[in-house]
Amino acid sequence: MITAVELGLIYAIMALGVYLTFRILDFPDLTVDGSFTTGAAVASVGIVNGMNPWLATVLAFFAGMVAGVITGLLHTKGKIDGLLAGILTMIALYSVNLRIMGKANTPLLGEETLISPMRAAGILGSAASVAILFGVCLVFVAAIVWFLHTELGMAMRATGDNQEMIRSFGVSTDNQKILGLALSNGLVALSGAVIAQYQGFADIGMGIGLILIGLASVIVGQAIFTQRYIWLAAIAVVFGAVIYRLVIQLALSAGLEVNDMKLISAVLVVVALLLPKWKGFQKIVKSFKRTPTPVTESKEEVRTNA
Amino acid sequence: MLEIKNLSRTFFPGTVNERKALRNINLNLSDGEFVTVIGSNGAGKSTVLNMVAGKLQPDTGSVSIAGKNVTKMADYSRAKYIGRVFQDPMAGTAPTMSIEENMALAYARGRFRGLSLGVGSKRRELFVEELKSLELGLEGRLKTKVGLLSGGQRQALSLLMATFSKPKILLLDEHTAALDPQRAALVSRLTKEIVERHQLTTLMVTHNMEQALQLGTRLIMMHDGQIILDLDQEEKSRMTVQDLLDEFSKIKGAQLDDKTMLQ
Repeated sequence: MITAVELGLIYAIMALGVYLTFRILDFPDLTVDGSFTTGAAVASVGIVNGMNPWLATVLAFFAGMVAGVITGLLHTKGKIDGLLAGILTMIALYSVNLRIMGKANTPLLGEETLISPMRAAGILGSAASVAILFGVCLVFVAAIVWFLHTELGMAMRATGDNQEMIRSFGVSTDNQKILGLALSNGLVALSGAVIAQYQGFADIGMGIGLILIGLASVIVGQAIFTQRYIWLAAIAVVFGAVIYRLVIQLALSAGLEVNDMKLISAVLVVVALLLPKWKGFQKIVKSFKRTPTPVTESKEEVRTNA
Repeated sequence: MLEIKNLSRTFFPGTVNERKALRNINLNLSDGEFVTVIGSNGAGKSTVLNMVAGKLQPDTGSVSIAGKNVTKMADYSRAKYIGRVFQDPMAGTAPTMSIEENMALAYARGRFRGLSLGVGSKRRELFVEELKSLELGLEGRLKTKVGLLSGGQRQALSLLMATFSKPKILLLDEHTAALDPQRAALVSRLTKEIVERHQLTTLMVTHNMEQALQLGTRLIMMHDGQIILDLDQEEKSRMTVQDLLDEFSKIKGAQLDDKTMLQ
């Protein structure tokens, strides 16, 4: 169970990246399937070749940014549909990732990684490691929330909200999309790098279907938390990622196999998308919100009668 | 301040749908001049506005703002000179962002947008002062999402956002057309006040002849991609809506006669 939470917290960084494109920029970016593996590949190859794991992880972040820039250029300068631009980069990255690793799998056994000190201290799989990873997630949440309130970040939010309007205030929406995609894929690749170090290997197939996990985290988090404030929405993404892992864990312990995971992910996303539209669910939500109001209403009546 | 020279544009050239939207338009706006533009549908009013804003490229001719030729500049690059209010009240604001954040987006027009906070306490004071001038009570709702405001409130806010950073040119594209009469009157009044206060050089397209007569210091009438009437403040003040209509049918009629003679 704790392993699921740990995984969820590492995947949460990827989900925050997906949140940036999917929610803030309103751009469905499929590059993440490729850039996640790119991050894992770059970090693993770096570590195997004796690079400092911190440096290797930062390098993975930049590799992801490059992938995002390519999708951004294809979409904005090449005028290719956003979905297709992401798919093109994702497919191309499959070959690039194989080139980086030289083979389909790069093991990290016995190497010094970001996770190995935690493993050596024996805190992996305990409350301490969960606290550390949660703290790291909060740092990323804080950074993203801060960024989205800077002049630059606000221009990015406006780009996702009303392109015509923000152009009329002198912002190049093309540049904003490229920057957003770069940051997003940087986070995704970073998450991939840490996952590789956590599980002890990078694998060419580890990013397949990842966009669904990202979307599931964003949508599940959003179904549970209000979206009134950006900081709440961002924290909701972290919790969404953890909840997703717990659901997977439950499904596994209920007898489903690892091979069924993609199907479960897809079903989970569909449920999270459809459930809020169902009238019965809306009634339940309303019944929670309504309770305090009748009291104030009756007071108003008394006052007007008097 | 705004100089439009020999502007022409043909849509769908060489096809059956070929349409000359603009035929060699020349227009000069001096500093602080407020021009209202009227004309029939398809007369080219919005085309002129879109070319000034950079949304459309002319086939020939040039647009200069404050002596700088901006014809080849992208819309977002020349936005540093131009404030714009759209017809659709939803178009000029970012709905999921708060009133103060929208003000901050507008405040940074034409400046470098970096990593400083968009809404600081000093700026918030400025925004409150500006919002007070609308007299809609928006200054007390800084954190409210703009999507929750009514169409009239949003359009008033759009107008404020387009103007308070004092652009060189203000473009108004039938900005009261989508509002009910009461709200339209409010936004008209605000337009008059704001343009006068900041002495903005303004180009306003409208379908409402009465509004065209009430507002502004100069009136032009367009038809079939040409300017067919240009009235200065004094001439304009003597005009009534009926006079405008008569003038319009007179000129239009003359043109029709010309065409029949050619055939």
